[in-house]
Amino acid sequence: MVNPRHIFDDELKALRADLLRMGTLAREAVDKSIKALINRDTVLADDVIVGDDVIDKMDLDIEMKCMELIARQQPMARDLRTIGTILKTITDLERIADHAVDIAKIAKILADQPPLKPYIDIPRMCELSLSMLDDALKSFVNEDTELARKMCERDDLVDALYNQVFRELLTYMMEDPKAVVRALYLIFVARFLERVADHATNVGERVVYMVTGVLKELNV
Amino acid sequence: MNNTKIKFSVKNLNIYYGNFLALKDITLDIPERSITAIIGPSGCGKSTFLRALNRMNELLPNVKTEGEVLLDGKNIYSPDVDLVSLRRRVGMVFQRPNPFPKSIFENVAFGLRIQGIKNREQIEEIVELSLRRAALWDEVKNKLHKSALELSGGQQQRLCIARVLAVQPEVILMDEPASALDPIATLRIEDLMRELREEYTIVIVTHNMQQAARVSDFTAFFLTDENRAGMLIEYGNTSEIFTMPKDPRTEGYITGRYG
Repeated sequence: MVNPRHIFDDELKALRADLLRMGTLAREAVDKSIKALINRDTVLADDVIVGDDVIDKMDLDIEMKCMELIARQQPMARDLRTIGTILKTITDLERIADHAVDIAKIAKILADQPPLKPYIDIPRMCELSLSMLDDALKSFVNEDTELARKMCERDDLVDALYNQVFRELLTYMMEDPKAVVRALYLIFVARFLERVADHATNVGERVVYMVTGVLKELNV
Repeated sequence: MNNTKIKFSVKNLNIYYGNFLALKDITLDIPERSITAIIGPSGCGKSTFLRALNRMNELLPNVKTEGEVLLDGKNIYSPDVDLVSLRRRVGMVFQRPNPFPKSIFENVAFGLRIQGIKNREQIEEIVELSLRRAALWDEVKNKLHKSALELSGGQQQRLCIARVLAVQPEVILMDEPASALDPIATLRIEDLMRELREEYTIVIVTHNMQQAARVSDFTAFFLTDENRAGMLIEYGNTSEIFTMPKDPRTEGYITGRYG
């Protein structure tokens, strides 16, 4: 028998693909922004800043498509939860991309200043946060609640790293007033990466909601 | 469904048309002063179920009913039940508005005259109150003695609701009450239902899932089994049925992929 909802199904499938594309772009933006910071690559930093327009546009496009599907197709049950999940998730992805821009701007500022210390913990934070984002997107695509739950647990590791970076940079600032500005910028960078992990956690919570209908915080 | 008084308690209800089992083992409780929607594909026994709540099925030949339907704890299928009094307590509104070919006033007064009420003032009072409750008074107060058939479809349907209200029922059964109406008239009926639910128990059968989602407090989903007997698949809070149904068959039906 022909699926009587095939038109809606096709549109929903396209929407899910759009979300994944947006997530991939946001992920790349964060990755590039940290590379720009570490390699003092202002061209790459500008690339991230300019590229944000594309992600902002996707955010609006996907939102409009969701509203249109709600208005025209009256989705119910899991279909409704999927669209609700997409609507919430695009905001998280858009914020992640904004943080990439924030980091890229700091990369440009720090590019012509002497290094404070070798980058060790910030690349680790970046790797951890992005692995969470990868798993968040993967759990969405595969509707894998187990992966989503496990991913959310890793937020604690990112938080711990952030506190470590914070304390260490505080010491640099106390020892040398000339280090204050650079150390502050790096604390911001760590903070943005910590936020990326929080947004990935939000996405994981929505995936669990989409699949099970149960909406609750997975890492409190 | 906790904490509310149960108006109807249906227990193991089977209904046969001749040898054909049309409804199989239906058990559900309907809380009072709430709107319960019955949804499901054509032929799943929704209307049969509704008609079982005031014994309207008995107007059809060869119908056999098994099980119990308790109204305020008393089985309406007991031999001592007075059918006229039962159908006064449990009124019904049908798919197509069916006003009598009489004046607007006489349509609403009809049930009162049947009951033997003769006091003109009392009748006028009840007619006005019923028309007000049915949200029709302002539109008809200056033409009460014109024919009911001159009203629009939506007005006729509200008149039929006023006619039911006039005899002071406790329950109003509605079988697709808006399916012959335009969207605005439909919304007016739904709005009216939300008001009436403060005082009455309403059970509505509808093909329109969005209508069930908009208007009802509880939703029951019926489906036929392999022998085409209607059965209850899932029953619960409307908000839960439409956001996270438990049974995959309910999910399939309300998302438009099944049934």
